[in-house]
Amino acid sequence: MAEWLSLREAIAANVRDGDSLAMEGFTHLIPFAAGHEIIRQKRRGLRLIRMTPDLIYDQLIGAGCAAKLTFSWGGNPGVGSLHRFRDAVEHDWPQPLEIEERSHSDMANSYVAGASNLPFAVFRGYTGSDFLRVNSRIRNITCPFTGEVLAATPAVRPDVTVIHAQKADWKGNVLLWGILGVQKEAALAAKRVIVTVEERVERLDAPPNACVLPGWTVTAVCEVPRGATPSYADGYYERDNLFYRLWDRISRDRQTFNGWIKKHILETGDFREYLRLLSESPAVCR
Amino acid sequence: MIGDYTPDEMMTVSAARMLRNGAVCFVGIGLPSTAANLARLTHAPEAVLVYESGPIGAKPSVLPLSIGDGNLAETADTVVSTPEIFRYWLQGGRIDVGFLGAAQLDRFANINTTVVGSYAKPKVRLPGAGGAPEISSSAKEVLIVVKHSKRTLVEKLDFVTSVGFLTGGDSRERAGLTGKGPVAVITDLCILRPDAVTRELKVASIHAGVHRETIAVNTGWQIQFAEDCGETEQPRAQELEVLRDLKARTVAAHGVEGEAA
Repeated sequence: MAEWLSLREAIAANVRDGDSLAMEGFTHLIPFAAGHEIIRQKRRGLRLIRMTPDLIYDQLIGAGCAAKLTFSWGGNPGVGSLHRFRDAVEHDWPQPLEIEERSHSDMANSYVAGASNLPFAVFRGYTGSDFLRVNSRIRNITCPFTGEVLAATPAVRPDVTVIHAQKADWKGNVLLWGILGVQKEAALAAKRVIVTVEERVERLDAPPNACVLPGWTVTAVCEVPRGATPSYADGYYERDNLFYRLWDRISRDRQTFNGWIKKHILETGDFREYLRLLSESPAVCR
Repeated sequence: MIGDYTPDEMMTVSAARMLRNGAVCFVGIGLPSTAANLARLTHAPEAVLVYESGPIGAKPSVLPLSIGDGNLAETADTVVSTPEIFRYWLQGGRIDVGFLGAAQLDRFANINTTVVGSYAKPKVRLPGAGGAPEISSSAKEVLIVVKHSKRTLVEKLDFVTSVGFLTGGDSRERAGLTGKGPVAVITDLCILRPDAVTRELKVASIHAGVHRETIAVNTGWQIQFAEDCGETEQPRAQELEVLRDLKARTVAAHGVEGEAA
């Protein structure tokens, strides 16, 4: 049964040093508030998993929280590079980052395998590519019925999955809509699940086929309005495209990045305070 | 400017024309998305645009800045989960055309979007695969749109992320790939098509005002010109007008053109 907690309590109780951690959300509903709280609580040695690392993992990697990254597309969408990710891979800063690289189709299939309690995913992929050369966890398997050679990759089973959603009711039943990405699969594949939501409501009033995670599949649920900013929440607020562009400048230089993390995350008490700070600073100074 | 349009506009218009009306198209972000939406707004109103974040039948009024923009979901016929997109729709054989970009491309239209330099110690770490490896193998056909330069069209890829014709000839078929592979590469200088037998990319048509020499010096391998190589049809006024309107709407909405990455 989901427990309603503050985000600080939820992270403290469920995210431990060295955990494998998936924070999903495909452009939409990225759980930024939770990412900030993990930085604030100085978790270390995390084995991060996410299809598109995006700014959320650029921040965690640059802040020194990560030992490993499993991913399939590591860019700043619509802008360019993730500079902290690149600096870690190219120059081991602030520490070496082991990478396990896959394709989107692989990641999606591997989350499904994890949610289905299967040991591996099987799909048609990677044929002729160099992936098998650099990732020993991508293998081939022969179909016992047709003889076709297919790709097999280990299921993704995170210790913890964190997602952001639009609503949850008092029992912790979670409703999300719009671009759903792999959130449902990532949640069901994990040992522990933290969900941050835009609002806590009496009743979800969800239509029968809506994407609902029953409260008993969720470990902790936290009310964090605007908790996906600068990503977006359909029905609540738009993507902060300007911030994604500004991040290019903030993250390009190590000192600027460190200063930003210190001021905006380490020296703020919570996400609400961060949002206030952000709204008070002129865009150019962020 | 050549005449009253830019080489980029020539490229986008040429790429858009490749998409036939009614085709189900899996769209990469950036140049492919611009071209696919231009096609939808001109000659191919029935084209079905599929984005890997889940929207099927997206009809965005402005170009998306990212692959998961709200505008894609709001205008789609349906929005499915990412596993469903890759399993039922792409692997399921429902995609006619995969529309891709590339950081590096070789003579057999294999694509690198992973690293420049060695994998273990890359000179430049690129974003990586995204959906491209499975799009390039499972879509019935592939279109690639890329700016023409020696840095992009290279003799040898540092990493094969997504396959075209592998080592040429019938190597793609022998590898058991289900889709037919790339049918055209559209650049800002010309249109390349694979040779019917060797599968090596050859210049099939040259954009107006471009010299053969310019194409040769901007290609990392000894580029060949098809025997029937002619001139690409120039953009029509209506195509340019729709493209410029689309870009102006995008700039007004996002503050940027929505073409990077």
